[in-house]
Amino acid sequence: MSMRLYVSRDAGAVAVGADEVALALEQAAAKRGLAIEIVRTGSRGMYWLEPLVEVATPQGRIAFGPVTETDVPSLLDALASNTPHLLRLGATDEIPWLKRQTRLTFARCGVIDPRSLDDYRAHGGYKGFERALSLGPDAILNEVTASGLRGRGGAGFPTGIKWKTVAQAKADRKFIVCNADEGDSGTFADRMIMEGDPFLVIEGMTIAGLTVGATKGYIYIRSEYPHAVEAMNAAIAAARRGGYLGDKIGGSTYSFELEVRVGAGAYVCGEETSLLESLEGRRGIVRAKPPLPAHHGLFGKPTVINNVLSFAAIPFILAEGAKAYADFGMGRSRGTMPIQLAGNIRYGGLFETAFGVTLGELVDDIGGGTFTGRPVRAVQVGGPLGAYFPRALFDTQFDYEAFAARDGLIGHGGIVVFDDSVDMRRQARFAMEFCAVESCGKCTPCRIGSTRGVETIEKIINGERVHENLALVEDLCNTMKFGSLCALGGFTPYPVLSALKHFREDFVPAPTTLQAAE
Amino acid sequence: MTAVYDWDETRGAEIIAEHAGQEGATLVILHALQEAFGYVPEAAIPTVAKALNLSRAEVHGVFTFYHDFRHKPAGRHVLKLCRAEACQAAGGDALAARAEAKLGVSLGNTTADDRVTLEPIYCLGLCATAPSAMLDGRLIGRLDEKRLDALVAEAQR
Repeated sequence: MSMRLYVSRDAGAVAVGADEVALALEQAAAKRGLAIEIVRTGSRGMYWLEPLVEVATPQGRIAFGPVTETDVPSLLDALASNTPHLLRLGATDEIPWLKRQTRLTFARCGVIDPRSLDDYRAHGGYKGFERALSLGPDAILNEVTASGLRGRGGAGFPTGIKWKTVAQAKADRKFIVCNADEGDSGTFADRMIMEGDPFLVIEGMTIAGLTVGATKGYIYIRSEYPHAVEAMNAAIAAARRGGYLGDKIGGSTYSFELEVRVGAGAYVCGEETSLLESLEGRRGIVRAKPPLPAHHGLFGKPTVINNVLSFAAIPFILAEGAKAYADFGMGRSRGTMPIQLAGNIRYGGLFETAFGVTLGELVDDIGGGTFTGRPVRAVQVGGPLGAYFPRALFDTQFDYEAFAARDGLIGHGGIVVFDDSVDMRRQARFAMEFCAVESCGKCTPCRIGSTRGVETIEKIINGERVHENLALVEDLCNTMKFGSLCALGGFTPYPVLSALKHFREDFVPAPTTLQAAE
Repeated sequence: MTAVYDWDETRGAEIIAEHAGQEGATLVILHALQEAFGYVPEAAIPTVAKALNLSRAEVHGVFTFYHDFRHKPAGRHVLKLCRAEACQAAGGDALAARAEAKLGVSLGNTTADDRVTLEPIYCLGLCATAPSAMLDGRLIGRLDEKRLDALVAEAQR
């Protein structure tokens, strides 16, 4: 019997040498006449251990990592003779970082072969769809609403209400659109799930289509994610061959078709109306709302547009019931959130857990602080439009409302850690620069405000009339926050104002210098 | 290595015809043209407009809105460095400056010998193995000075 090994094909693992390790394993095994089979999975999300190599044993999978090409001969020796190895981590499922998670959405990611529909089905795939078929649209809507699921893209809008609006709309055609334009720095959960468990996204979108009466869906993936594009296209083709896309899917009377569309490097296209414009083949200019996409969406038709993680949460909710999902979480944030630990962090990766965990637990305890070993000074939560939090706010619980109460947002669940070498003036300037480059240009506060913001912060950095210019930046941020059409201009003030508020010492010259000047 | 070909009207028309039937095909076609020619030749714009029954201005507007579409061919190799926050936090600023110094061009430009185009990219989604880079489609995580120097040398070959 051949030995079965698992090596990730996730872009994050490939970027640190997973392909080379897989190749070295094959070659070294062939040389020894050792029969091995390598399954290329998604990533378990423990990126400091990538490339991770797992081996199937009667007691479950045993993990080794991080493995380099040079470790391969000794690793094969250890595996063949069942002797200890320096990189042995024990049973994968028992690794504490993985064990303390609640993986509802990411349950299969890193476990199954993302190219295999059979593997997906063997691990509970399409159970949610089968139950959805038996329930019918009204009962599905009740389940999704009762689960308390809120839009995982960042806005946190109740998914059940969105779907119900589209279900009730009358039209000759309706669409399901998956927003996979994951442009926020510090986030990679969409990428991971598309690469590691693409059928999950397909199943979630298919259930959405069945619920609202849509027969066509689009997945809009950013061009920076070529591996995810390839994985989704392969999975769509496999689902079609297996009768899970196309006419009369899964033996039902219902038809659903999916198509991947690739973005072209515009951050603003992550905003839902801009994304719809882009899908229609136009400039990604934000639309004014109302009308809502639920009434007047893609090609003017009623459209469900949700984030990848929202669709990916659906199959569990349908398979296990709304209560099983809603039992996790706190307050109005129900279920789990796939949190992404990134930047200057020791144990970075994907940590799915129930809402309610504190920022401090995530950064210090789970993330292990910085990889540079220096003290954590600031963390940006929720991408380029999210606030910078100081250590003093590390008791904030991961929850939509708790973050909002502290002038922040959880966004898409990304946490970027900075050590004490960070200059918050530069971070504030970068937020404005990014907005200026990425603004679609439709509304004035965003288009012009961001450029004025860059100039004014530049003056502060150069020490020109610092206090007056700080007041100007704050005023400008208010204009952008309340006057912009979408979250790009509206939320860029979050990183800027939080940097000003919590890290004032970086902007204002130290008192001693002032006294000297006087 | 990125292949670049001169604009060929027949080949261009074939590519456009292949995708023109899709709903909202403009981006799909521009991507396909760039894939085939290495950039989107100016001469292609009126042909795309005609095929999709759009004005030249509309197609030109789409072409210029998106960062991805190239107006002229890139260098033989394209080195993209992630410049977003997670990579900034992990030392990306210094690495970008080092790459600029080594290649003698600033981000967004091509070396005089047309060998290397150095570009910023805003997030490759490799934020837990930051800083990251992409050389002609190949991903590199945990970038440090040594790895960067090797990448630059490879790109210059």
